[in-house]
Amino acid sequence: MKIIEVGDVPSLNGEDHDILESVMDGAEVHDSPREKVKIEKEYYKNYVRSSPWAQKLIRTENKGFNVFYLAVAVVSCVLLIGMLLFTISYLPRYGVENPESTAVVRRYVEQGLQETGAVNIISGIILDYRAFDTLGESHVLFTALMCVTVLLRRDRKNMRTQYEDFYTIRDEKYHELYRESIMRLVAAVLLPCLFLYGAYVLLNGQNSPGGGFSGGAVLGSGMMICAAAYGFRSTDKVITKKAANLIAFFALGFYSFAKGYVFFTGANGLENHIPKGTSGAILSGGLILPLDIAVGLVVACTMFGFYSLFRRGSIGGNE
Amino acid sequence: MENLLANSTEAVAIILFGIGFTMLLFHRNLFRKLIGLNVMDTGIFLFLASMGYIEGRKAPIIVNGVQSTEAYINPLPASLVLTGIVVSVSVTAIMLSLTVRLYMRYHTLNLDEIYRIADHEEADR
Repeated sequence: MKIIEVGDVPSLNGEDHDILESVMDGAEVHDSPREKVKIEKEYYKNYVRSSPWAQKLIRTENKGFNVFYLAVAVVSCVLLIGMLLFTISYLPRYGVENPESTAVVRRYVEQGLQETGAVNIISGIILDYRAFDTLGESHVLFTALMCVTVLLRRDRKNMRTQYEDFYTIRDEKYHELYRESIMRLVAAVLLPCLFLYGAYVLLNGQNSPGGGFSGGAVLGSGMMICAAAYGFRSTDKVITKKAANLIAFFALGFYSFAKGYVFFTGANGLENHIPKGTSGAILSGGLILPLDIAVGLVVACTMFGFYSLFRRGSIGGNE
Repeated sequence: MENLLANSTEAVAIILFGIGFTMLLFHRNLFRKLIGLNVMDTGIFLFLASMGYIEGRKAPIIVNGVQSTEAYINPLPASLVLTGIVVSVSVTAIMLSLTVRLYMRYHTLNLDEIYRIADHEEADR
């Protein structure tokens, strides 16, 4: 097996045999080092690919695949939309009650106030009748926060490979240098109203539209505005990584234990000792208010955690 | 066709879903794919919310002690949409962070280029 130098073009017109196969044969017979075989294979591959007919073939193939992809994509999109629109035309009329779909709801509407103590029927559904669903939802949020932490956390072990570099992430000091006066003025006016509104929505989930998720989202966006206007130094005093983890842990744990108690007593026919309260007051709805607060805290921490991780790569500063 | 016009809100929801699906298929930029997925989510939420709407009825918050199904719209789709919104936010956050990691690794957002660079690296190894 002769070693092929660069520039030494082997003739392809001679015996007809597979080029790659001959290289592999040579590797077996002469036991030449792997590196050499690799270089030869690469050389042959590049030689074949650089010839004009091969270039033309590759270009035609790419073009053909693109055309095929476009055609299939257009056909599948049109087919999907057409099929779904066809199905839509056989659905029950919009705005007209159909008794099949409101069969389950009858119980919720007629007995909801007595059974859950919540004036807002939707709060009663998501935090009492279907509370297990909401527990899973909170866990989905928490798991998403953990995933984003794993992917975007900036420390020594993470993100220090040969390919990823730190200079693509701007340093925190860069943000601190700017004194964003417009942002600060707006935040000074907006933040008290925002936190008050968030707390109102969070605490009145059983009486009015709102509840844990929307109130938590408002609180989280308030913290985001605070961090954007006054820098992360202001929010780091309140929310560190440990605090966020503790809040999420205790909120989810409290939720699980409270609903476990309710499920246990309900399944075994025992008496439920949680008072319902007078309907319409803030302290009403039994477990709905504490569960709303738990969910709202998890959502607020998660929203702010997303923002902080995306912007600087950690939740609570350089811990 | 007449039914389709009567169900125009659902039809709009399906068209939104289709726009999102088309964006997923036709764009090679990862961020645009993400936006397409969010548009798809929005279409589904609009569909669910419109399925629960009943003409001339109020939001399901009990006022003056009226507790009959004839007074309120269907509250079940609203709670399902709430679940869907939260899951959509989580999925969007995870996908955005994956996109950020991909950009740091390959310095491009184009999916074709990412595949090509990954193929070259595979060959180099």
